[in-house]
Amino acid sequence: MSIAINLTVNGVRLSREVDPRLLLSQLLRDELGLTGTHVGCDTSQCGACTVHLDGASVKSCAVLAVQADGAEVLTIEGVAGPDGTLHPMQAAFREHHGLQCGFCTPGMVMGAIELARTAPDLEEATIREGLEGNLCRCTGYQNIVKAVRAGALAMREG
Amino acid sequence: MYGFDYHRPAALSDVVDLLTGDEDAKLLAGGQTLIPTLKQRLAMPTALVDLSAVPGLRDIVAEGDGVRIGAMATHATVAGSALVRGVLPGLADLASHIGDAQVRNRGTIGGSIANADPAADYPAALVALDAVIRTDRRDIPGGDFFTGLFETALAPGEVVTSVFFPAATHARYAKFPNPASRYAMAGVFVARRGDDVRVAVTGAGPSVFRWDAAEAALSVRFSADALDGIVPDADGLNSDMHADADYRAQIVAVLARRAIA
Repeated sequence: MSIAINLTVNGVRLSREVDPRLLLSQLLRDELGLTGTHVGCDTSQCGACTVHLDGASVKSCAVLAVQADGAEVLTIEGVAGPDGTLHPMQAAFREHHGLQCGFCTPGMVMGAIELARTAPDLEEATIREGLEGNLCRCTGYQNIVKAVRAGALAMREG
Repeated sequence: MYGFDYHRPAALSDVVDLLTGDEDAKLLAGGQTLIPTLKQRLAMPTALVDLSAVPGLRDIVAEGDGVRIGAMATHATVAGSALVRGVLPGLADLASHIGDAQVRNRGTIGGSIANADPAADYPAALVALDAVIRTDRRDIPGGDFFTGLFETALAPGEVVTSVFFPAATHARYAKFPNPASRYAMAGVFVARRGDDVRVAVTGAGPSVFRWDAAEAALSVRFSADALDGIVPDADGLNSDMHADADYRAQIVAVLARRAIA
């Protein structure tokens, strides 16, 4: 069985015929070449594959491509400006060195952008709890929390 | 994943027909349990019937002195609902601590209760608050809905459409999340409506259950110290690498007090 889907990815409208079992993460990486969305665990725990689906952060390895029919998807490739200017959250991760190996970073940034929009405050405990769905095995999270706070402040000021 | 067909009907009657016509078809709500299960090849449905196109199933509306929550309302929606926060802040608080942010954006109340995971949070709220589960064909009292490990009173092909929660003078949930998985090693929901006090425990047994001794003590005096010296019987509670039954019983006793204070 193959299903026709229409979706918008990073502002580009697409039509595809997909097997129902194709994951959104597979569609993005294998068919669209958007390999910034990382697959870390493939068991929906690590959050490296986080993208925005109609504005909400989701783990793209736990969403079927057919479920994204009619939706708008935003990946890490789509958050910077058209001229390459980094998104404030990306800039904050660079400024505060919120990474070591960088594998979790795309998911962290996508999760953090939503956190910045929805968190009632930017206390350290709020940020740490808000990032529960994103695992980093390098940093111990110290600089990630600093980066998210700075990025969120920049987003709120911007 | 094994291969399967996929349907997304726009009418509830078509959903029911598809499920009734194929006993190996499965209902897809938010997919936060089902899709990982399929990926591990622990299930082999012939087809997924996606509920997401059926209108009205995400609505949260006031009804009497309570609130009716559509089966497809996500945990994030329930957590952020001004209506739920107003009527039952303890229920919104429970929803705000399910899984993580990404899971809460997809996972639904209907999917969670139909799956009946022994460590899920919502079952404790449904049982303690005496909620009523509405399906495509009937209403089921919360106390009759959860029948065992991953088992419910739902008939094959029966679809949860909403859950009604009556208002309560006290409704609070406390849980001890597993440090790694964040699933409840135990969770206790304490609800008081008039003279009726209910204490429902999830995560500790094969299915949610009411803790009678705590209910009796709290009916006499609704105060955390009314539970002094009372610990649930560890016999029949879950034992695993994370916590043995005796430890879980102690956690339940502590959580019940936290859910009152």
